[in-house]
Amino acid sequence: MAETTALSERRETEIMTVNIGPHHPATHGVLRLVVDLEGEVVRDLRPVIGYVHTGIEKSCEDKSYWKVIPFVERMDYVSYFFQMEAYCGAVERLVGLEIPPRAKYLRTLFLELNRIHSHLVWLGTTALDLGAISMLWYCFRERDRILDLFEMATGQRMHTRYFQVGGVIEDIPLGFEQKCRKFVSEMPVRVGQYEALLDRNEVFLQRTKGVGIVPRERLLELGVTGPLLRAAGEPWDLRKAFDYLAYPEMDFKIPVGTVGDNYDRYRVRVAEMVESASIVAQCLDALPEGPFIADDRKYVLPPRSELSTSMESLIHHFKLVTEGFRVQAGEIYYSIESPRGELGCYVLADGSSKPSRVHFRDPSFVNLQAFRDMALDSYVADMICSLGMLDPILGGVDR
Amino acid sequence: MPDAPGLELLRGEIERDRPGAVLATSFEREQGALLADPEQILAVLAWLRDEPGQRYRFLSSLHVADYLPAEPRFGVHYELLNRDRVERIRVKAMLADPGDGSLPAIDSCVELFPTANFQEREAFDFFGIEFRGHPDLTRILLPDDYVGWPQRRDFPVGGEPVTFTYNERNYG
Repeated sequence: MAETTALSERRETEIMTVNIGPHHPATHGVLRLVVDLEGEVVRDLRPVIGYVHTGIEKSCEDKSYWKVIPFVERMDYVSYFFQMEAYCGAVERLVGLEIPPRAKYLRTLFLELNRIHSHLVWLGTTALDLGAISMLWYCFRERDRILDLFEMATGQRMHTRYFQVGGVIEDIPLGFEQKCRKFVSEMPVRVGQYEALLDRNEVFLQRTKGVGIVPRERLLELGVTGPLLRAAGEPWDLRKAFDYLAYPEMDFKIPVGTVGDNYDRYRVRVAEMVESASIVAQCLDALPEGPFIADDRKYVLPPRSELSTSMESLIHHFKLVTEGFRVQAGEIYYSIESPRGELGCYVLADGSSKPSRVHFRDPSFVNLQAFRDMALDSYVADMICSLGMLDPILGGVDR
Repeated sequence: MPDAPGLELLRGEIERDRPGAVLATSFEREQGALLADPEQILAVLAWLRDEPGQRYRFLSSLHVADYLPAEPRFGVHYELLNRDRVERIRVKAMLADPGDGSLPAIDSCVELFPTANFQEREAFDFFGIEFRGHPDLTRILLPDDYVGWPQRRDFPVGGEPVTFTYNERNYG
C-alpha cells in the first residue's frame, strides 16, 4: 500500500515534454506545440511556427503593385478578401485615389460574406475538435453557398483577385442579388440551428464554459484584437472605430462577451455571423448606382470595349499591364477588422512601380502570443479547445 | 489624430522631459510620425504610453523597413494606438548598419508592450536587428540554422531556375 502511494506521488510531479504537431489535425494547420505536461495538465507551452513560411512579403518586393494582390491573398487563406482590402486600401491611400461609392458597397458586401465564410470554417472545425462532427457538415454546407456566390461574381471560389486598386474588377452579375438575398435571409435561421445544436449540448458546454479565461488587461497587453478581445468584454472593433468603406452607413452591433471564456468566444463569433448577414442585406438595399471602379487611367485599366477604338486607352492599358503604375515615395499603415482582429498593411513606396516593402500585421500571428495564457494549467483536451477558439490561420501566421 | 502642429507640440512636451529624444516629426497622408532617437526609444515610448493626456497604450504593430540606399537605412516602426480617442501615432527609429559585420541594435520594448515579443523576433529574423534585452531573441519563422537576413533590400530574391527539358534537349 505504501509503495503505491509513493509511486503515484512520483507520477504527479513528473514533467513530460510532448511535441504536438506540426502535422496534427487539431492544430488547424502546421502549428507545432512543445508542451510540458504534468500528468494531463499543461504546465508550459511554446508554439513553434514558420512551417508554412513562403516569403510572400519578400516576393511582393519584386512585383509591380497590381501583381501583388494575388500574392497577399494567399497569406490568410480563409479571409482572402480582407487581405486584398488591406493591401488595395493602403495603396489607394498612398496614391490618393478615391474609390466610387458602388465599389465601397461591393467591397463591404464581399468582406462581410467572407467574414461569415471564415467564421463558418472556424465553427465547423472547432466543433469537430470537440466531438461535434455533424457541425462540420452543416457549416460547410453554408460555406459552399458563399463560395458559389464568390464564384458567380468573380469566377473563382477562393483567392478571387476581385478587389483592384481603385475599386473592384467587375460589377456583380445579373441574378447575384437575388441569390445573395436568399442566402442572407436564410443565414440567421441556420445560425439559430447551429446554436440549437450546441447551446444545449452538455458536452460542448462543459468543455467550453469557464475554460481558457484570460483577463481583458492581459489580452490588451498582448495586443490581442478581434473576437477574442470582444469576448472578454472589450467592445473594440475597427469597423466602428475608424471610417473606412461603407461601414459608417451600416447599422450593426458589436457582440461582446462577459466572462471571456471559450464559450463567450463561441457566442461572439456566432452573433457576428448574424450581424454580418445583416450588413450584407443592407449593402444590397443601399447599393448605389454608378461605376464600380475609379476612372483614373493612370491606375485603373480602361474598359475592354475602348481598347479597339481608342489609341490612348490602348497605351494606358499597355503601360499598366507591362510596367504597372508608379507610386510616389511614401509609406502608409492601413488597418481593417478581419475575422481574427486587426489586419494591418504597411506599404513603403520608393517612387518606382514596385513596392519596396509590404508588411502585414497579421492578427493570427499576434493573437497566438495569448495562447500560453489561455492554456496554462488546463488539461490537454482543453488546450486543444482553446487553440480552436483562438482560430489561428497558419498561412497568415507564417506568411 | 495629431496633425502637423499637434505633432510639434507633442515633440515640445517630450523634449521638456527628454531633451533630444525626438529628432523630427512628419505628417503625411493623414498619418503622424515622430522620428525618435534610437538610444532614447524606450523613454519616448514610455512617455507616450504613460503620460496623462497621451495614453497610447496599445501597440498595434511593430515592423521594420529597409530604406536602402538612404542612410541610416533601417527604420523600426511602432504603430501606437490610443483606443479611447481613436488616435494612431507612428514612432520611427532609424538605425544605421554598423558595417563591421555586427548587427544594428535597439532596446527591446517587450517590457513596455508584451505584444512586441513575436514582432521583434520577426524583425530580428528578417532584418537582423538586435533588440537588446529581449527575453528570447531567436529566429521565429525561418529555420534556426538559416544564414542571412532575407528581407534586407540587398539580399537577393534567389530561386531555382526552371528547367525546360524539351527546349534544352532540342535547342540547348
